[in-house]
Amino acid sequence: MNGYNFAYLDEQTKRMIRRALLKAVAIPGHQIPFGSREMPLPYGWGTGGIQVTAAVLGPDDTLKVIDQGADDTTNAVSIRRFFARTAGVATTTHTAEASVIQTRHRIPEQALREDQIIVYQVPQPEPLSKLEPSRAETRRMHGLAEYGLMHVKLYEDITRYGHVSISYDYPVMVGGRYLMSPSPLPAFDNPKMDMMPALQLFGAGREKRLYAIPPYTRVTSLDFDDHPFRTTRAPHACGLCGARESYLDEVVTDDRGGRLFVCSDTDYCETRRAEGHVGTELAV
Amino acid sequence: MTQSAHDETLLSARGLNLRFGNVIALDNVDAELWPGEVLAIVGESGSGKTTLLNVLSGRMAPQSGVVWYRDAQGHLADVHAMSAPALRALHRSDWGFVHQNPRDNLRMGVTAGGNVGERLMAQGSRHYGNIRQEAIDWLAQVEIDASRVDHLPRTFSGGMLQRLQIARTLVTHPRLVFMDEPTGGLDVSVQARLLDLIRTLVRRLGIACVLVTHDLAVARLLAQRVMVMQAGRVVEAGLTDQVLDDPQHPYTQLLVSSVLSA
Amino acid sequence: MAYVAVKGGERAIDNAHRWMEEERRGDPSVPDLTPQQIGEQLGRAVDRVMAEGSLYDPPLAALAIKQAQGDLIEAAFLVRAYRTTLPRFAASLPLDTEAMTIRRRISAVFKDMPGGQILGPTYDYTHRLLDFALAADFTPPTPAQMPAEVEAMPRIHDILGHEGLIEPDERSDAEPFDITRSPLQFPAGRDARLQSLARGDEGFLLAMGYSTQRGWGGSHPFVGEIRVGAAVVEIVPPELGFAIDIGDIDLTECQMVNQFAGSKTQPPQFTRGYGLAFGHGERRAMSMALVDRALRAAELGEDATAPAQNQEFVIYHCDNIEATGFVEHLKLPHYVDFQSELETIRRMRADAAREMQQEAAP
Repeated sequence: MNGYNFAYLDEQTKRMIRRALLKAVAIPGHQIPFGSREMPLPYGWGTGGIQVTAAVLGPDDTLKVIDQGADDTTNAVSIRRFFARTAGVATTTHTAEASVIQTRHRIPEQALREDQIIVYQVPQPEPLSKLEPSRAETRRMHGLAEYGLMHVKLYEDITRYGHVSISYDYPVMVGGRYLMSPSPLPAFDNPKMDMMPALQLFGAGREKRLYAIPPYTRVTSLDFDDHPFRTTRAPHACGLCGARESYLDEVVTDDRGGRLFVCSDTDYCETRRAEGHVGTELAV
Repeated sequence: MTQSAHDETLLSARGLNLRFGNVIALDNVDAELWPGEVLAIVGESGSGKTTLLNVLSGRMAPQSGVVWYRDAQGHLADVHAMSAPALRALHRSDWGFVHQNPRDNLRMGVTAGGNVGERLMAQGSRHYGNIRQEAIDWLAQVEIDASRVDHLPRTFSGGMLQRLQIARTLVTHPRLVFMDEPTGGLDVSVQARLLDLIRTLVRRLGIACVLVTHDLAVARLLAQRVMVMQAGRVVEAGLTDQVLDDPQHPYTQLLVSSVLSA
Repeated sequence: MAYVAVKGGERAIDNAHRWMEEERRGDPSVPDLTPQQIGEQLGRAVDRVMAEGSLYDPPLAALAIKQAQGDLIEAAFLVRAYRTTLPRFAASLPLDTEAMTIRRRISAVFKDMPGGQILGPTYDYTHRLLDFALAADFTPPTPAQMPAEVEAMPRIHDILGHEGLIEPDERSDAEPFDITRSPLQFPAGRDARLQSLARGDEGFLLAMGYSTQRGWGGSHPFVGEIRVGAAVVEIVPPELGFAIDIGDIDLTECQMVNQFAGSKTQPPQFTRGYGLAFGHGERRAMSMALVDRALRAAELGEDATAPAQNQEFVIYHCDNIEATGFVEHLKLPHYVDFQSELETIRRMRADAAREMQQEAAP
């Protein structure tokens, strides 16, 4: 792309975003307003994550972009191309080789390291938004740590269903102080955020907020002592690599109810297959 | 204002003034409340009684004058000099506010148990079973059957809603509860039962209460002391029975004589 | 049939783009539409794209309309994204709309006033009959000329202001809030609100304005004045120290005169609502003025209960580029979260079935 700065944003904008990120890291889980710029991708399609990545990316970085855990979904392709063109950085599909990972809706199965940064795309940064639509009011609630309303919602779920019904974007407490939306990750991924060695950054472009979890921070999913948080996962093994602990996608294979379950994390699955693991679908 | 007079009051107000344009809402009003006592503020509409309640509870600021609150540790705080967070915290713990219309203080889309348990959860309770049991206990105290704990307030009668609001307010054992016409809008028979309940609870729990009402019978039933207001001024104050049996001020006499005997 | 993990997202995207470009061009035997044609003959579309793209550049807006195949929100998005890349080198002086070169100026509150009522080019009094002559080549008749010398045209609001009948305009030397630089927080000041409304979706503003006329927070509005014309843009370069004229832009300005506020201590006065749009956009400017007035409810001591009076509701949802991004993002894959919902529902149904079985056969 001629005429564009490295990674598209001008240096002033990147500096502004990095200053906001520093504030975010200093107050884990707290939403920091930032002057989100119009990007050449639509709002809601990752502009926040893109701006955060653009602000932290350097020429020596290696970038991985995933959506739904896969490198090859259309929006991941589109965003990876964007950075390949505007920043010329090396890109990879291997989690272990990436220094910056931008993701939508999943955390890679492979544990991340201290020298890595994971950037989450966030559609709705306000964890209380479905309970209280006014941002002026939710700001007060965060400031006063008035989170009773969220616990009431969990209480009501248990009353009605016998357990909490939230299956993704499950609210967490960060550092014991701030209630945070982890982005629409499946609840299955929440435990990975707790004491993660990598830096976790969150960008919401349309809502103009970013937040962060510094490495080795306590992140706990909201629950009750007698109804502890539990993860949901399809009770199968991956049909391709046999994995029993990874999050699975359900693939419809025919119109007679045929189903196949495969790892959502494509790199994880390929790596396992390269190591010789085989699932029932591929077994000879 | 001497220190000794301060020593025991839970809430005391001095020289409260407030006007809205040309209308005098509060005219040099003083008030005092001791721990465990019920103070009724009576008057007709426009007397300033609701404004006084709002100023005492920090919801509205006076143009001059001061309201002091003594917390459980004995520290005095100027209610209107408090930070907004501190006042909000006070309203969620040591204080309670019962609204005339219970819908103003209930979440209609949340079960009765959730409504009662909310203040507990806001203060850090994290055991579902215990929260629900405590909610059931409080519902019993306000004479709502335990079977209603998982029901939505939409299915409750007016009297039940008011009792639910009271349970929700009392669950954190507040020391001071403000009540704004708590029986207004209810059928007479329902009122009687509710008043009885309030009297029992307040006495049993040792809660201090500032109660606004236009109904002298309510004041007589619930309050040890009463203040009579007219056009923003306190025209008479004292022990309830004394004031209502032997009113000195012409306006009080008018109020008392206007009460239709049953 | 064995499952093969499908790859090829990149190729799919490339093919999608190529097909879209073929669709955009349409039948190749039909002459290619030029941006100049769009600029000259679809001026109202250009004006709308400039307003919602928040950038005054008619040829650019025309190009965007061509690239977007006539989808005006998509075109505004193109303009808005381009705007991000433009460096800001100066701030102009406030535009003096009183000194506009007027093409059209009307007022509904007075029959006549200095400067007169000038209808200008307007659809207002056309009969909405499709003109099939336009399908063939068409040469318009020559209109009458406006006199070169025009009377002074004082604002209606100043005329009302002389008698103290209308609240004075806010005057401030403070730096206005800039919504393109700072994130909005609520409650938002009037400067931030007006900026948001100026780039808001015309349909949304229209509906919100309309709602105030139908009882959802009404303010009894009158059109004090609508002005359409060209305003001069001036900057003060630091090296020169005085103002220079760098060109002019076409604008539509609407001043609404609204229900009088007043209290026991303040005599009643009419209140204001303001709308401004790039190019010729009366519907936009009028709707904006209605919504501006509605959003001032709280500061004017009115009960703010209607949707149009709710700041967060109006301002958060008036930007159609944000709105379309988020609405259309639902097309992106959400199967991971859906999988979680599937598992949750399956479990709940299994639990319920088990309970029913237990109840049936204790």
